[in-house]
Amino acid sequence: MIRATLFAALLTTLIPLGAHARDNAAESLRGSTPLADEAPPPRLKDFPKDSPKSVPAYAGQPPSIPHGIRGYDITANNNPCLTCHNLANAHKFKATSIGISHFKDRDGNLLSDVSPSRYNCTQCHVPQKNAPPLIENLFQPVESLKP
Amino acid sequence: MSIQQKLPKWCLRYWHRLTRPVALALWVILAFGFIAGVGFWVGFNKMLEETATEEFCISCHGMKENYREIQPTIHYTNRSGVQATCADCHLPHNFTNEIIRKVQASKEVFGAIIGTIDTHQEFIEHRLHMAKREWDRLKLNDSRECRNCHKMESMDYTLQSKRAAYMHKTYLATGQATCIDCHKGIAHRDPNMKDIPQWSPPAASEVKP
Repeated sequence: MIRATLFAALLTTLIPLGAHARDNAAESLRGSTPLADEAPPPRLKDFPKDSPKSVPAYAGQPPSIPHGIRGYDITANNNPCLTCHNLANAHKFKATSIGISHFKDRDGNLLSDVSPSRYNCTQCHVPQKNAPPLIENLFQPVESLKP
Repeated sequence: MSIQQKLPKWCLRYWHRLTRPVALALWVILAFGFIAGVGFWVGFNKMLEETATEEFCISCHGMKENYREIQPTIHYTNRSGVQATCADCHLPHNFTNEIIRKVQASKEVFGAIIGTIDTHQEFIEHRLHMAKREWDRLKLNDSRECRNCHKMESMDYTLQSKRAAYMHKTYLATGQATCIDCHKGIAHRDPNMKDIPQWSPPAASEVKP
C-alpha cells in the first residue's frame, strides 16, 4: 500500500515536470520546420555603408568592420580586404592595418605575410548592424573598456 | 561604209534604245539602289545589334561561366533593376571603336570554333589571360565603358560612403587613377591575383593637391 502511494506521488510530481521539460525543449537553429521542408529564409541584413568604429567589449576582441563588404569575396584567388588593410598599403588607404598577431603562425613563428590561418577575415571580423539579438545574451563588456 | 549601214535595222534600234534610255529607267535604277542601300544598312545594324546581345555572347560555352558569375553581382541584380549586360562593359559604345572591337572579336570566334575554352578547367586556366586583356583595355581607354554610365561629374560624394568619397575625390577626380585600377573583378570572380600588382595610392609626397 505504501509502495503504491509512493508510486502515485512520484507520478504526480514527475508528469508535470515532464510536460514542463517538453515546453522548454531547446529549439534547433532551423526551428520547427520538418527536415524534408525548407523554412522561408529570414530577410537579409542590409548593412550600412558606414558605421562608427566599435569600442571593443573585451581585450583582444576582433574589431568589427565599420563599412559595407558586399561583393568582397574572400577566395583562394584573392582577398579584397588585404588590398587596403595589409601592412604595406594600410597607411596609404588610411585603413586600419592588420595586427602583428596575424603574421604569426600557430607555433608563434613570425611570417613575412599574413598567416594563412588568418586569411579568412570574416570568420572573426564582421560588419555591424543595429539588430535585435537572435537569442538573449547577458554579456557585459569589461568594466575598464566601457565607454 | 560605216558599221551602222552594215548592221540589220533591229540591231540598230536596240542599240539606240540602250544608248538613250527613257528617263523612267534612271529613276527605277535609283529606286532599286536606294532600297538595296536601306536593306544593307538595316541588315548591317541588325547584325551589329544581334551580336551584342547577352544571348549571343553566352551562346559560346566559355562565356556561360561568366554569365553564371555576373548574376549575383550588383551589375546584374540590384534594388532598382537597372542592368549592365555583357556588351555594356565589353563593347565600346561609339561606332568606330565598336567596329574595331568587333573585328578583334573575330579572333575569339575562332577560339570558340576550335574549342579553346570548352570545360570549366580550361576556363580557369584562361581566366587570368582574359582578365588581363580587359584590365589593360580599360586602363588604356581610361575606363571608357565604365564611364558610359558612371559619370564622375554626376557623382554625389555626400551619398557615397566616406571611404569611397575620399578615394574618388582624391584620386579619380584628379586623374591619378581610373575606375579599373581599384574596381577589378566586380562583375566576375577574380583570377589568381597573387602576382598581379594592385593599385595603391601614391605616397603622400607624390599626391597632387
